[in-house]
Amino acid sequence: MSVENRIREYILENYLFTNDQSMLGSDDSFLQKNILDSTGMLEVIYFLEDEFGIKVQDEEMVPENLDSVNRIAAFLGKKGVTA
Amino acid sequence: MCGIAGIVNLTANAPITEHDLGRMAVMLDHRGPDDRSTLCGDMFGFAHTRLSIIDLAGGRQPIHNEDSTVWVVFNGEIFNYIELRELLLSKGHRFYTHTDTEVIVHLYEEYGDDFVRHLNGQFAIALWDTVRRRLLLVRDRPGILPLFYSVNEGRLFFASEMKSILAGTRQSPRIDTLALDQIMTFWSVLPPRTLFQGIETLAPGEMMVVENGVCRKHRYWDWSFTQPGDYAVGSEAELAGQLRELLLDATIIRLRSDVPVGAYLSGGLDSSILAGLIDGIGDIKLRTFSITFPGSDLDESVYQEQVIEQLSSEHSRVVCTPENIADEFIKTLWHTEAPILRTAPVPMGILSGLVRSQGYKVVLTGEGADEVFGGYDIFKEAKIRQFWARKPDSRLRPMLLKRLYPYLDLSKDQAQGYLQSFFGIGLDNPQLAYFSHLPRWVTTAKCKAFYSSDLHDSLREDPYAALAATLPDAIGGWATFNRAQYIESKTLMSGYLLSSQGDRMLMKNSIEGRFPYLDHRVIEFANRLDPRLKMKVLQEKYLLKRSMQDRVPRAILERHKQPYRAPDADSFRNAARAGYVDELLDPGYVRGCGYFDPQKVSLLKKKLDKGLIGSAKDNMALIGILSTQALHKLFIDDYSANIGQYAERRLQDQDNNVQEVCHVG
Repeated sequence: MSVENRIREYILENYLFTNDQSMLGSDDSFLQKNILDSTGMLEVIYFLEDEFGIKVQDEEMVPENLDSVNRIAAFLGKKGVTA
Repeated sequence: MCGIAGIVNLTANAPITEHDLGRMAVMLDHRGPDDRSTLCGDMFGFAHTRLSIIDLAGGRQPIHNEDSTVWVVFNGEIFNYIELRELLLSKGHRFYTHTDTEVIVHLYEEYGDDFVRHLNGQFAIALWDTVRRRLLLVRDRPGILPLFYSVNEGRLFFASEMKSILAGTRQSPRIDTLALDQIMTFWSVLPPRTLFQGIETLAPGEMMVVENGVCRKHRYWDWSFTQPGDYAVGSEAELAGQLRELLLDATIIRLRSDVPVGAYLSGGLDSSILAGLIDGIGDIKLRTFSITFPGSDLDESVYQEQVIEQLSSEHSRVVCTPENIADEFIKTLWHTEAPILRTAPVPMGILSGLVRSQGYKVVLTGEGADEVFGGYDIFKEAKIRQFWARKPDSRLRPMLLKRLYPYLDLSKDQAQGYLQSFFGIGLDNPQLAYFSHLPRWVTTAKCKAFYSSDLHDSLREDPYAALAATLPDAIGGWATFNRAQYIESKTLMSGYLLSSQGDRMLMKNSIEGRFPYLDHRVIEFANRLDPRLKMKVLQEKYLLKRSMQDRVPRAILERHKQPYRAPDADSFRNAARAGYVDELLDPGYVRGCGYFDPQKVSLLKKKLDKGLIGSAKDNMALIGILSTQALHKLFIDDYSANIGQYAERRLQDQDNNVQEVCHVG
């Protein structure tokens, strides 16, 4: 499964409680669409660290890196994670 | 306290039997384990289960007047009964008991329906006038004690708890989905609605008159606030002195009892003040009770110890673990008769069990102080949000919220975005009567994402509109702070804190709670105050603290308010321990009940099993769904075992050896 799909599946299952792929677009903002609150954002960071073996630095915890499936995928790419 | 129940023929003619009344009474045995009695008239019948507290030998109910033309069954306490008795004796009334109950019948003779205005107390009353052939049902002002009713086949049934009515009507209930939707918004159901279709509740401060087959209700008391400009006059010191005197009297009359009275001690300000007040009264030996959550950041025992040390009270504590919560969860719902969104009621039921085990029947509690004196963060949030609403594009104004939530790191864009999206709700209409509550309600309503499509489609009423319809006209003229207090007292306080987390958890173990902060004189005094004396800048309960500063340890006065919480989802992770979780959340069962979407619930359950439920939103959804499913099982699927046949068996068993059976599976 691609990195993008693993992220999408995680968000769909754990925050939208569905397997329906059409419920989450790759560029949908988690914050603007009220999919994640601040606790949810921390949980996502835990997930990324556990699942992909990376460490997210404090200064990296910004919406530019974390606020959509595509942004997370690009962020992981920069960290050297590829499918 | 006690349990009351009864039946009145409206259009039906069939005689009311002892058996009918007995079936209703046995469902209330936990409210009154000391005695059970019934009274049958030609068109009415009363039942009573008694917890003996005043006039232990002579207080058997129903109680009547001199010529037996007025009869009453009563749950609660009239704390000013000594003064009322003297007044009534001076007017020529004769008493045959030393109960507080008896003042009710004589007051009714003297003042008619206005008798209730003379009562200082907590009460649910049913009074039958044999001459005018009319029934009065009355509920106390703030809504401490419950009173439900239902019209069924030409008869009015009433009772302290709905399970008693369900035993009387012999019909299993259906869940009212609009009520469910209100709980998933406000945490409580708006009166007269209840969780069950066809059963209604009297609102706090309401009286029902049943006469000639017709039921009419009216509000005899309500929270009312002074308009800006007319607030109570006096220096801070004078007002603090008046408050102290009033609260002392409210506490003293709540110590009237023929059995010893104890007190809950949370470690917070409100219960510490009460303990301090009692400690200063005569030679009363303070007896206190508390609950602790070892190893949890919800534990407040450090603060409890400080108060105990200062007051040298004899103290008992009970430990509550997540396992205890899982063990007691289903039984708790049997008592709440309403879904809950947090497990917080469960430990309160464990605490009342501790009180019972120590041989006490009565406790004072600090409940109500936050609503009366403005202690909740929601009042602070509203104050900041209103300040922000004047300049919605300000980046600095919402920073004040950081003082409320120090753990939010507002230097980050992410946190700023979160604040905007959460506390910014409703910023475009700060004059809305329920402006203060929108962030909480919008968060709670996220539970609705789990509704089944059938439930979604069946909901035809907007909960906000239903709430708006209950608000008094005067509310528009009140300060925002006071509007928030009104809404809080009518939703969360009376509909949840005083019932699911209050009366029901006390009565689960036959314990009577008494609430000095909810003495109507205290409420009326506080409601005349300038809101700035309740919250000075962002200091909550300012005047209350000032009036009591010498009676409470400084650390308690200065600590940041911690809302009472208990472990939520964590309690249910060990599925082997709480086997009912699998059963209640099983996709087939969820589909059959019809309220929630089976797939979404399964994914939530998966998250629970992995230990990934962390957010408030997921916790509320899990507890809300689990409790709704459990209530369906207890009251609908298992109606016969838990109520229909159970009442019959218990009634026949003279030794009362039939145990309550409210288990699932």
